[in-house]
Amino acid sequence: MIYNEEFETMPREVIKSLQVKRLQQVLERVYHTVGFYKKSFDATKIKPDEIKSIADMKKLPFITRKDLRDNYPFGLFSVPMSSIVRLHASSGTSGRSAVFGYTKRDIETWSDLIARCLVAAGITKNDIIHNAFGYGLFTGGLGLHYGAEKIGASVIPISGGNAKRQIMILQDFGPTVICCTPSYALHLAEEGKTLGVDMKSLKLRVGIFGAEPWNKATRDEIEKAFGITALDLFGLSEVIGPGMAMECLEGRNGMHIFEDHFIVETINPKTGEVLPEGEEGELVFTTLTKEANPLVRYRTGDISRLITEPCRCGRSHVKMERVLKRSDDMLIVRGVNIFPSQIEAILVDIEGLQPNYQIIVDKVGALDSLDLQVEVSDKIFSDSGGVKELQKMEKRIIKDMTDYLGITARVKLVEPNTLKTEAKIIDKRRF
Amino acid sequence: MNVEQISVFLENKPGSLEHATRTLKEANINIRTLSLAETVDFGILRLIVNDVEKANKVLKDNGFRVSKTPVVAVEVPDKPGGLHSIMEVVSKEGINVEYLYAFVEKSGQNAVIIFRFDSPEKAIDVLLKHKFTVVPGAQLYDF
Repeated sequence: MIYNEEFETMPREVIKSLQVKRLQQVLERVYHTVGFYKKSFDATKIKPDEIKSIADMKKLPFITRKDLRDNYPFGLFSVPMSSIVRLHASSGTSGRSAVFGYTKRDIETWSDLIARCLVAAGITKNDIIHNAFGYGLFTGGLGLHYGAEKIGASVIPISGGNAKRQIMILQDFGPTVICCTPSYALHLAEEGKTLGVDMKSLKLRVGIFGAEPWNKATRDEIEKAFGITALDLFGLSEVIGPGMAMECLEGRNGMHIFEDHFIVETINPKTGEVLPEGEEGELVFTTLTKEANPLVRYRTGDISRLITEPCRCGRSHVKMERVLKRSDDMLIVRGVNIFPSQIEAILVDIEGLQPNYQIIVDKVGALDSLDLQVEVSDKIFSDSGGVKELQKMEKRIIKDMTDYLGITARVKLVEPNTLKTEAKIIDKRRF
Repeated sequence: MNVEQISVFLENKPGSLEHATRTLKEANINIRTLSLAETVDFGILRLIVNDVEKANKVLKDNGFRVSKTPVVAVEVPDKPGGLHSIMEVVSKEGINVEYLYAFVEKSGQNAVIIFRFDSPEKAIDVLLKHKFTVVPGAQLYDF
């Protein structure tokens, strides 16, 4: 099923001309309303009206995650705060997180995108949706929620955590759809097993999963554990949130990127050069309809490949493969994006700590675990030499990690110089 | 009257205590008494040694995190009620003991108890007032 037949099945040449028209409007607007773009376009000696085709886009400078942080909190907004109706943000301490604004129309657009995704998964107003994406500053929960209401489905805004209660509601409310991260789905399946609940006997029919990398083996495992069809959802909070691309029930091979709202390019992450469609590279997104903080050539850091072959579902929009790699050191732990620099910032903010640390990411059962090993600094130990002070320090690090990054870490204090030779991040997970 | 204790941070893993004892042995440092406090993932080795400065230096030079902590050494007859006689006095004064460890003197007559008090100076005053033998550092190191 297709939610917006007119736009989702638009002939490719019509999409292209729509994209160019919308792009030109976006460029004019950001150049005149956002200082950052004026500066960066001027620095590359390019004027918005010089961009006359998609091919011309390569002349435009990129915007990176660093730019988003440097302009924290509202530096990239192109509308006054009075037009903003919602703010979301990524995790991180002040100046290391990024803030995303939404106008009323942006919320409409976003809901429309999610509605497209849900309909592509065969969901209707007769479905009950168990939405276990996190609600709050994270875009997952609320993003899904508005789209689900838009198509008239019944939403259970359960958010993340508290697996036992989730299973109770899955049994008692009888939802037909579940939305969460793939690892959380596996975690629920494990919990169900422990509680002696047959997850296959639930009314669940379809699962929509996203916000973290997963592979075909995980998909098979989830489908088997719940007896459902598992589909892939893609989105980035920086761009708009979930709903930028969705796998269709008919094709089940890559996610359609809604090209009437976004232009996607693939680039060589080392040189920045645009690659032919279909080659593996870093995805770069430009928003065509976002009002509050439009992005022009945003480097996502996600490595993927575009699939240009026509899809049997009838949608004309290009597809992307699942993202399995990053071009930078970003980690996705339990669906939360974390950069080592954010952890470093937390450590240096704690009096007397030095940022000599190592991050070990692994799996405990289905869920990701994050172990943080921190060297005991001379300052801390020579001041106290006591067990209590060190334990207090450990607790402080754990608390700051939860407060600022939204991630539960295990912290271990280690002797100095034990971490020197090894990498800052060890990721033992296999996707 | 304070005694200086050397505290060493140790990771809870095989070989870390061995590294510390080897460092002390190679520097020809004699341990008078010791205790090891442990948590889930780290330990703190507490030492009374014959040469505090040298021990502090060689341990630091070998990459250990070391601190010097003031503790109080009290000598009591090695017989029932020995420790209790001290506790009676300090508890009446509201002094808190964070930890303690002990050893028996070579003569076998007396026990020496090493206390970490929350207020060491006050504890020393109180103990002296009650005629306890508070052993000064210099004497303890050379026992």
